[in-house]
Amino acid sequence: MAVLRPIPDTSIFDLRLARRGRRLNKLCAALCSPEEREAFKRDEEAFMSRFGLTATEKELVRRRDFQGLIDAGTNIYYLLKIGSATGNGLYKMGAQMRGESYEQFLATRNIRGAL
Amino acid sequence: MGTVVGGIGLSHVPSIGPVVDRGRTQEPAWKPLFDAYVPVREWLAKLKPDVAIVVYNDHAADFSFDKYPTFALGVAERYAIGDEGFGTRPLPEVTGDAELSTHLAEALIYEHEFDLTLCQELAVEHGFLVPMNLCFPHSPHGWPVRAIPLAVNVIQHPLPTARRCYRLGQALRAAVETFPEDSKIVVMGTGGMSHQLQGKRFGFMNEKFDQWFLDQLEADPERLARITHQEIMEQAGAEAVELIMWLTMRGALSPQARRVHRNYYAPMTTGMGLITFEA
Repeated sequence: MAVLRPIPDTSIFDLRLARRGRRLNKLCAALCSPEEREAFKRDEEAFMSRFGLTATEKELVRRRDFQGLIDAGTNIYYLLKIGSATGNGLYKMGAQMRGESYEQFLATRNIRGAL
Repeated sequence: MGTVVGGIGLSHVPSIGPVVDRGRTQEPAWKPLFDAYVPVREWLAKLKPDVAIVVYNDHAADFSFDKYPTFALGVAERYAIGDEGFGTRPLPEVTGDAELSTHLAEALIYEHEFDLTLCQELAVEHGFLVPMNLCFPHSPHGWPVRAIPLAVNVIQHPLPTARRCYRLGQALRAAVETFPEDSKIVVMGTGGMSHQLQGKRFGFMNEKFDQWFLDQLEADPERLARITHQEIMEQAGAEAVELIMWLTMRGALSPQARRVHRNYYAPMTTGMGLITFEA
């Protein structure tokens, strides 16, 4: 049977990780509705409590710790929804995950104007 | 009878959507991508397909991990434009082909034993819409083809194998050919190419791998279908695994299908490939 082997500096979103991130991913899924996005922006703490996030998970959201959220089981495509609701697009989140500034990250790209 | 007249492999990067919506396609950073589709649109205008079957993945817009199907086929008259967390794009709803969908569902499940989830309501998002934007320019009234979504789980492992995706394409071709009405069909395999969107390896791309994948897709798809998820993720980034959906498209064509167009552009974080075949 094919079992996935770890890859350096890479998160592989399997069922174990998906189960760990169940609360976080449910919160993110709700952000596909404009009303829920407003509710999140209005009172982030209440929103997180509604989805039963643990104290650790809430702290990751407060700190906008994107790699921490990935490690806690947030799927990258779900994470994009929190990113969007908090003004952090994919490339800003990626720069943080690489430990770089946004400008440093853009400088590594082939055509940085394709935003 | 139904006929598969062509296949298209192409990337479905979300940032392309707003570029289309805001009329920015001729900006220097985007022009090379859109220019590659000019001859493709001309080719499609000559082929005149009635229906596009779009093999794509939902990025948690209408499916969630509460229930996430491995393969899901749209069987509706029409498909709404989804909100995947960034607002609903200003696009006309997509007209489906429920007769063909129903035939495909029966043929794939009874004859070919692919046990699909069948969707009477399905909101489509960038995985489906960006390829449509690139190939089939819409008007305020609608799209120039009917379209059928075929969603594949490529985001929560265990994923279907590359070979299973290829076999699904072969079954799809056989199913189309037993459709009693005259209908010309293009199959689109979407996603990738190389990219990784998390971890320290965020932004990783591998053009050499992507070009090799395009070569193999053309020359020896049966062999390419033996590739493992592990090999794709190691060589092309974790999110590149969605390339297995291109094999569904290739499986729906004859082994001798003739390649017509090919392009590659990798400006930011995803290798954006394009390849077309005449069946």
